[in-house]
Amino acid sequence: MPIFDIYLLETVLNGLLFGGVLALLALGLNLVFGVIDVVWICYAELMMVGMYTVYFMYTVYKLPLVVAFAIGILVVAVLGVLLHVLVIRPVLNSEPINQLLVTGGVLFFLQAAATLAFGVQFRNLGVSLPSLQLGEIYLPYSRIFAALTAFVAMTLLYFFLKKTYLGTAIRAISQDRAIMPLMGVSPARIYMVTSAIGGGLAGLGACLLVLQYDVHPAIGLSFGPITFLICVLGGLGNMVGGFVAAFIFAQLISLGGFFFHIEWGYVMAFLFFIVMMFIRPQGLLAKKS
Amino acid sequence: MLELRDVSAGYGTFQALFGVSLKVDAGEAVAVIGPNGAGKTTLLRVISKLIDTTSGEILMEGGRVNDIEPHRVIDLGIAHVPENRRLFPRLTVEENLRMGAFVASARAHFAARLQHVYELFPRLEERREQLAGTLSGGEQQMCAIARGLMSKPRLLLLDEPSAGLAPVIVQRIFELVHRLRAEGYTVLIVEQNVQQVLKVVDRAYLLEVGRIKASGRAADLAASDDIRRAYVGI
Repeated sequence: MPIFDIYLLETVLNGLLFGGVLALLALGLNLVFGVIDVVWICYAELMMVGMYTVYFMYTVYKLPLVVAFAIGILVVAVLGVLLHVLVIRPVLNSEPINQLLVTGGVLFFLQAAATLAFGVQFRNLGVSLPSLQLGEIYLPYSRIFAALTAFVAMTLLYFFLKKTYLGTAIRAISQDRAIMPLMGVSPARIYMVTSAIGGGLAGLGACLLVLQYDVHPAIGLSFGPITFLICVLGGLGNMVGGFVAAFIFAQLISLGGFFFHIEWGYVMAFLFFIVMMFIRPQGLLAKKS
Repeated sequence: MLELRDVSAGYGTFQALFGVSLKVDAGEAVAVIGPNGAGKTTLLRVISKLIDTTSGEILMEGGRVNDIEPHRVIDLGIAHVPENRRLFPRLTVEENLRMGAFVASARAHFAARLQHVYELFPRLEERREQLAGTLSGGEQQMCAIARGLMSKPRLLLLDEPSAGLAPVIVQRIFELVHRLRAEGYTVLIVEQNVQQVLKVVDRAYLLEVGRIKASGRAADLAASDDIRRAYVGI
């Protein structure tokens, strides 16, 4: 096998692993939008808080990594509920642009608060996992772990939504909010549960990212826009569409980086996004209406 | 079983019900008939707390319903099958039925209830994995009624179950109402299809512009000249 192909294969595999993580990030945002009809623009900043939580729990309080992860997920889940109760619920019935603006406000608030509290320096968890060697291909275990965890989480969420009463109600409420009380369902409670799950997914995303990236107050900017664009590309609220879009994005970034330069990978991905917005503005998997 | 005392209600500044009083006894099938816009749907929405009363009292088995939260009404043994069926179109038939059994008291009996409604509607069992939005109108109405039955209600509120259905299906829906009553459900049904509904209920109220204009045994109302002229079209 010529060397070129092996690197290409490695790139594609890395793109797949990256896609798994992006798919998980998109899932939380999509779930919240699909149910509550509000975009958490500050989604990646919730993740940033989760990354700091894991970082401090692990490096300062010396807790085992697994415990630090659990706390990180819990903290962001609670944060998701607080976000809903304090910020989103009061504007639930106002214009969509207002809802977008308040969560945008939370984005800058969290970023500024993190800068004040933790300073601007980059912090590293200091955990370095080895790479898996397959012939001449090297895949970092942190990425493999992240992708596998993302897949497990997505599978669990799928079965939760598909098989449980609460999960079914979460899918139902976006189809007909007004009659939910007739089923004995309190929409307010479903929104809280959804916000907790959305936050929990952001927290899990934080755990997976903190293994691979340094934490700093602006880390959200590296993942927020791309997560949002993936959701839009897949059709906001369409979880399957978001899943597919995440892998397309990851592969474009990965291959673009291989053939040109990593920044070109992002250029290609965003270019693809813009073109697709002209061709399929309703999302990749949306039915033509 | 159910009693409304002098109930008024509306939407914003628009008043839809003016001092409505009615009573449904256990085991009865009662109809509320009247023209479009009379407030029939509002009446049912008031009972299940989807809208608030502005005055008056609602009693279910002697207990006041007025101050209860909307999603708690089903716990009182009331199931409301809303106007236009309102199934969850992108959930399967069985998932819609699961939503009907959402409350804790119903979950424990899910399997038994499912069997019960599948016996009533064998068609639904054939289509259990199908998305509700792809069912025919008649099947959707059956699914909506089945969803209401999943919580094992004592009182079933049916809002215009015959609306928008082909005559032969309408016939079957009314036969079903008759059968539900025979099985021991108490039924309060709101209908524009006066002639047919009066054949399957015990008593009826005539609602016009938010007020009860007449009431009585179904057979008597069906024979009354006013009602025949205005609603039965003879």
